[in-house]
Amino acid sequence: MRHAFLDHHSGIESPIHHLDARAKIIVFLTFILIAVSLPPTSFLLFGLLGLALIGIALLAKLPLGHLAKKVLIILPFLFVVAISIPFMKKDGIGGGYSLGFGDLSVSQSGLWILWNVVIKSSLGVFSILLLSSTTSFPQLIKGMERLGSPKIFTILASFMYRYSFILIDEMQRMKRARDSRCFGGRWFWQSRVIGHMVGTLFLRSFHRGERVYLAMLSRGYHGTMPETTGGRFGLGEILFLFIPPLLLFLRIYLS
Amino acid sequence: MNSEKVIEINHLSYDYPDGTPALRDIDLVVYRNESIAILGPNGAGKSTLLYHLNGTLKGDGRVTILGLLMEKKNLKEIRRRVGLVFQNPEDQLFCPTVFDDVSFGPLNMGLNEERVRDRVERALEMMGLKGFDGRSAHHLSEGEKKRVALATVLAMDSEILALDEPTDNLDPAVSRALIERIQFIPQTKVIVTHRLPVAVDLCERAVLLRGGRKVEDLPTEGLLKNRELLEQFGFDADFAQWMYDRRRYLTKTHF
Repeated sequence: MRHAFLDHHSGIESPIHHLDARAKIIVFLTFILIAVSLPPTSFLLFGLLGLALIGIALLAKLPLGHLAKKVLIILPFLFVVAISIPFMKKDGIGGGYSLGFGDLSVSQSGLWILWNVVIKSSLGVFSILLLSSTTSFPQLIKGMERLGSPKIFTILASFMYRYSFILIDEMQRMKRARDSRCFGGRWFWQSRVIGHMVGTLFLRSFHRGERVYLAMLSRGYHGTMPETTGGRFGLGEILFLFIPPLLLFLRIYLS
Repeated sequence: MNSEKVIEINHLSYDYPDGTPALRDIDLVVYRNESIAILGPNGAGKSTLLYHLNGTLKGDGRVTILGLLMEKKNLKEIRRRVGLVFQNPEDQLFCPTVFDDVSFGPLNMGLNEERVRDRVERALEMMGLKGFDGRSAHHLSEGEKKRVALATVLAMDSEILALDEPTDNLDPAVSRALIERIQFIPQTKVIVTHRLPVAVDLCERAVLLRGGRKVEDLPTEGLLKNRELLEQFGFDADFAQWMYDRRRYLTKTHF
């Protein structure tokens, strides 16, 4: 089965894709931190951050339309969380609507809060999207490990990535087998079957875990995974790492 | 044939944890650079016997590998020198990239980065997988997965290779290609298979198991001429005769 969800565009050839994962992690996290730290009124800085990210996306030869669509994934969450906020805060009327049975007023500070949430979420998601689109998952994990992330997290993430594809394959096979044998059927009965499938998947994963452990022992595993080595720190990385201090400078002097 | 005994098994018996008897009183001697096939029906105990070679399973009886008795203090050294390739490559390839998987063994052995890289390159080249370093295991075909699994063990420079059904699940062309590659590996090989052609092409000696007991231990050529034994084990005696004749013909013309 060929599927590559997490790192969809990470195979493209571009200067950004070739950068070491560590540099990218640091820079994109800085984008998020700076964006989150801004007061909602810093339109100029929000604009600059957005333009910088778009610039990096263009350098990385990523399809902007595709990325924009992915950023819109946050909309449902925003809608649920933030859409009621403008109607809650009761100071500084920003506008008013009169419905048949009463008035609906939108407060100004509520609108500011909504804007705050929307712009920061969008910039944050965009940054992470750029990170995951320019770095393959294995590289990302190794980068995090070399930056000092606890091994337990990276090992878990690494195994999860590797075996999630196998789980998906097994699930598809089970679904095909199920569909071939129970055509139609009420949803309640189907949920029982799904429960069995989940249970079976768990058992199979458990046994697979045992076999993988034996395979690791057979290749000399003695309790700790070997250290990741390598990684590049060249001109590209240095140039890219100028971005965080530049952003910090702009943050301090433009607001 | 050199007279150095690399594997010596005396009176090995093993029961599964649930009590099912798996092996009964097995005696086996393997000399250096020999290739032996372990043949038998499903459930005969072939894989079980194989797993005793690197201490994955421990039964009653004596197992001596390369002069080292199979006990806890020798396990690390034995596992360094016996390369076991499982039947299902998914259990053996647990790292995000091919390079990680093949380098896992050498890294655990404590080799430095440069030597590890060297070993990985050589192992991949031997298996015809040059350039596969960055590929992810789930994007490979069955044949490629089997080759990577074999490469993970070759990178450890093991003195003894133990292969569990190496051509299982492979189509004829890929199976043939894999057999040809294995033929070039000079080390001692113990190959579990239930297919006679694999045994004939790769091994000069065949050990037949049934019901956990060793039934026969003879040269492969002798097996091809033994109609009674072949039929007992469900092999096609006429096909075996044809293979025997072809071998005689090939060795005559290739002198």
